[in-house]
Amino acid sequence: MIRALLLLAFLLPVWAQVAVPPLKGRVTDLTGTLKPEQVSSLEQMLADFEKRKGSQIVVLMVPTTQPEAIEQYALRVAEQWKIGRGKVDDGAILVVAKDDRALRIEVGYGLEGALNDATSSRIIREVIVPRFREGDFFGGISAGLERVMRVIDGEPLPEAARPAPRVDGGLLQMLPVLLILALVVGGILRRLFGRFFGAIATGGAVGALAWLLVGALAVGVLAGILAFVFTLVGGGSGRRYYGGFPGGFGGYRGGGFGGGGFGGGFRGGGGSFGGGGASGRW
Amino acid sequence: MNTTMLRWAALAVLLLLAGCGYNTIQSAEEQVKAAWSEVLNQYQRRADLVPNLVETVKAFAKQEQDVLTRVTEARSRVGSIQATPELVDNPEAFQRFQQAQGELTSALSRLLVVAENYPQLKSDANFRDLQAQLEGTENRIAVARNRYIKAVEQFNVTVRQFPTNLTAMVFGYKPKPNFTVENERDVSKAPKVDFGQKQK
Repeated sequence: MIRALLLLAFLLPVWAQVAVPPLKGRVTDLTGTLKPEQVSSLEQMLADFEKRKGSQIVVLMVPTTQPEAIEQYALRVAEQWKIGRGKVDDGAILVVAKDDRALRIEVGYGLEGALNDATSSRIIREVIVPRFREGDFFGGISAGLERVMRVIDGEPLPEAARPAPRVDGGLLQMLPVLLILALVVGGILRRLFGRFFGAIATGGAVGALAWLLVGALAVGVLAGILAFVFTLVGGGSGRRYYGGFPGGFGGYRGGGFGGGGFGGGFRGGGGSFGGGGASGRW
Repeated sequence: MNTTMLRWAALAVLLLLAGCGYNTIQSAEEQVKAAWSEVLNQYQRRADLVPNLVETVKAFAKQEQDVLTRVTEARSRVGSIQATPELVDNPEAFQRFQQAQGELTSALSRLLVVAENYPQLKSDANFRDLQAQLEGTENRIAVARNRYIKAVEQFNVTVRQFPTNLTAMVFGYKPKPNFTVENERDVSKAPKVDFGQKQK
């Protein structure tokens, strides 16, 4: 028994590596430091950046990486998550080990030119660490990410590859409005004409509106069909209505406009890492 | 009829080769080569950093002649070894290469330790950048070495295992030298500045 325990004690240092958490979103906080709205604002910032520039950046906060050094842990995370586009390798990961008071920016092969070791180290020393010292984790992370993004912006990378239809910013901004309008109008029309005919009426109206706005018949038809389905399937009471909204939104974006990677579907693009980047402590 | 027989024979040989893992050996060897060039690449990167680093330290800490000379010497020894990809197939040369790189590693960490005594040097932006680059490169070296170790493991297992070992014998493939365990322990450590420990 004792021998077994001893053996276990010997083996433990080898096996007791901190596991790499599954990749669920762009910001993974296992320490409970960031507030949910802070997490979502960071996620939004990073998602916008990926949409614009194509680079994936993610944040991981863990309590500790012991017994491993943060460099080794960060590399394991990088190898498992494969952040960044394949072949372009333009991913970056900010790992914070809170109780170790250590952090690291792990940089993919493709970003090593712009976000080189010296630059990463400067960002850590000058931007992130001073804020972390004051206990301002959100401020440090968000300012650090902003700097990282600014640096990557200066790097000529392949275009953010997205089968984006010719949609101008105006329509994209109007999407939520359009959607709510569709839901409300759909509800009213369904009351008036019954479920099926109400759905047809809503689909037609939304489709026509989308067609007018975008100028592409296909988009109009698609939007119309989607609105038809939502109204047909959507619940009757006000409460279920509300509950159905986020799902509907995701479906709308994902289907109609190729938003990709929505609602928990975030994945690394297959980028590889070779240990570039810098670490720091606070 | 003769040609048909020849064709069949050729096919049989092909199948035999494929079955004996000839292709596996080939691809494993390619992996080793790629991993090795990455190791060389990163070592080269480190060697390229040295002159700059030495100059910067010299500007602030002239009296550390001893340490600086050691770095410069280790650097030139590293440079004198021809780091060709074929080095992998020559255990002795591999050993010498390892030795020289290890000396440079320890000379550099000594230099960084000494630098701690010079506040002005430590706060110099240029030095801090160089230090970050050096640390990053040491980390890349560690990563590249680890990947090389894995690739060689894969290759050696293939070459030693039955039945691929027969194929390997016929074609003259030998197990490749790997980084020794002692080295590996250094490798798996973070690129940290160490006072007491001397690397061999």
